[in-house]
Amino acid sequence: MTDSGTEGGPADFAGRTLCPGGGSGALLVLSEPLSFWGGTDRKTGLIIDAHHPQHGGSLAGRVLVMDASRGSSSSSSVLAEQIRAGVGPAAVLLTARDAIVALGALAAAELYGTHVPVVLLDAGASSRLGRRNGVTATVRAGADGRAGVVLDQAPAAGLPPRSREPA
Amino acid sequence: MTDLALTGEERAMLDGGRGPGTAMAMRMVVALAGVLGAERLIPITGAHIDSCLYHGQAGLDFAQRLAGLGAAVAVPTTLNVSSLDLMHPGLVRLPPADAVPARALMDAYRALGARATWTCAPYQLAQRPALGEDIAWAESNAIVFANSVLGARTERYGDFIDICAAITGRVPHAGLHLPEHRVPTLELDCSALPAALLAEEAVWAALGDVVGRRSGTGIPLLTGIDPAVADEDRLKALGATAASSGGVALFHVAGVTPEAAAAAGDPVWSALPAAAVTTGMLRAARDELSTAGPSAPLDAVALGTPHFSVREFGKLAAALEGRPAFHPGCTVWINTSREVLAQAREAGLVQPAEERGARIVVDTCTYITPILGPEERTVMTPSGKWAWYAPMNLGVDVVFGTLSECLDSACAGKVVRDDGQWN
Repeated sequence: MTDSGTEGGPADFAGRTLCPGGGSGALLVLSEPLSFWGGTDRKTGLIIDAHHPQHGGSLAGRVLVMDASRGSSSSSSVLAEQIRAGVGPAAVLLTARDAIVALGALAAAELYGTHVPVVLLDAGASSRLGRRNGVTATVRAGADGRAGVVLDQAPAAGLPPRSREPA
Repeated sequence: MTDLALTGEERAMLDGGRGPGTAMAMRMVVALAGVLGAERLIPITGAHIDSCLYHGQAGLDFAQRLAGLGAAVAVPTTLNVSSLDLMHPGLVRLPPADAVPARALMDAYRALGARATWTCAPYQLAQRPALGEDIAWAESNAIVFANSVLGARTERYGDFIDICAAITGRVPHAGLHLPEHRVPTLELDCSALPAALLAEEAVWAALGDVVGRRSGTGIPLLTGIDPAVADEDRLKALGATAASSGGVALFHVAGVTPEAAAAAGDPVWSALPAAAVTTGMLRAARDELSTAGPSAPLDAVALGTPHFSVREFGKLAAALEGRPAFHPGCTVWINTSREVLAQAREAGLVQPAEERGARIVVDTCTYITPILGPEERTVMTPSGKWAWYAPMNLGVDVVFGTLSECLDSACAGKVVRDDGQWN
């Protein structure tokens, strides 16, 4: 699929909805897996894992790009709490069907009506997005299973003009 | 978004025919089935809930919403550790801003019909699942024990979905519920490890550290272990650490665990990529699990992570014979469940430790909630899981050692090593 309805979307990535919703923010590409429990502060959304390369960064309002979460299943509660407190990510883009992340977003949607989209991307799309850290991305994840990511800038030189991914 | 086939009863739950609380729980189970790509749901015979540990308002809101909508568990359901020790009030140093909602969370899960077991070792309770039963367990050490040692079948369930599975009595037909996902993916040959070395639980924890690092989220088959040296306490130590250093949710031990026994002669099980485990690797794991050096002054010892069993109280009582009281500057903490504590006390197995100054913690655990005092900065433990998490959670230094090293150290008030136990 492509997001033909979005404006000027030269970098247009398709994925599969794990949790429906919509959100936009600057891409935060995690260079290593992260455990929300123990690795992030539930009250501020800051990355507090001293061993993580992005220690000190904030999840709040960002479009997180990561392969999957790591470690404790208590991470679902921490993510839901961050969404409740308004310091959670605006969207999460994964390359694995990560139940821990999905359940945190699903619980927050059930409780507070805040639908933070969680989207499954293939490794190629994730890798191309991974080079666009900081660029603003808009994520739409439909209840029909189709999801898309649109970046607000033209892709860097050398990238294909438009990516078409299997939905 | 997924072709999920529901039975009539499951459809009735989802559509509200079994009440709005059950419908909310079923929405979560169905959503998870979509995330995992499952085609149907399967019934479970029991659940173990980890969501009763307080991580903020959202977890409390979720439980209270379910309870307020009239939901109740449909299968026998046990509760993991909480943030409080209700039998020893004042022990936990949580500020009221956290202690009050943590207590409300415990009350909400009891209102939903779960048993007030408050233990991370539900496999030590009288009722436990049998070989081949599908269950929904949360808590990584309980998950790996249930799958590996009991041969029950559970995915890595966690917060929110554990209680929803208990209420609906259903889980997605996915992951470790499927026999084809329970086949080992690598062999770890332990035949070079002397049987005498494997007489200590901590050595099994060190082995678990190696197994977790080698396996990641794969399924290891351990070979070359004398079945006579494997007991449930040692398999508990192995699994809990492998679930901490890696994402191990199922391991097999040839000649010991039930699915390995059932697979004897299966060619797939004998044609795995293999690696050898050496004594040197266990010593290296011991050192990696320690952040403080030998002969450091010692402030505390942490036992019972996962929760001490009755047999472990017996082993401790036997090990204490002939030993003096613990050093007054070193507090020995023992975590266990109410049920095990009552049995062990009845058998006279707790008193030897208490007479020497040990302090008992139930309902919770010393590395997940503030119990240790600010002066307790260096802590020794035979638990690989405690060693893995406590430095991050509590900011303490940790020394990992065998039970007898821990007891020698607790009596001396400083770290005492016995390298003979690690050769």
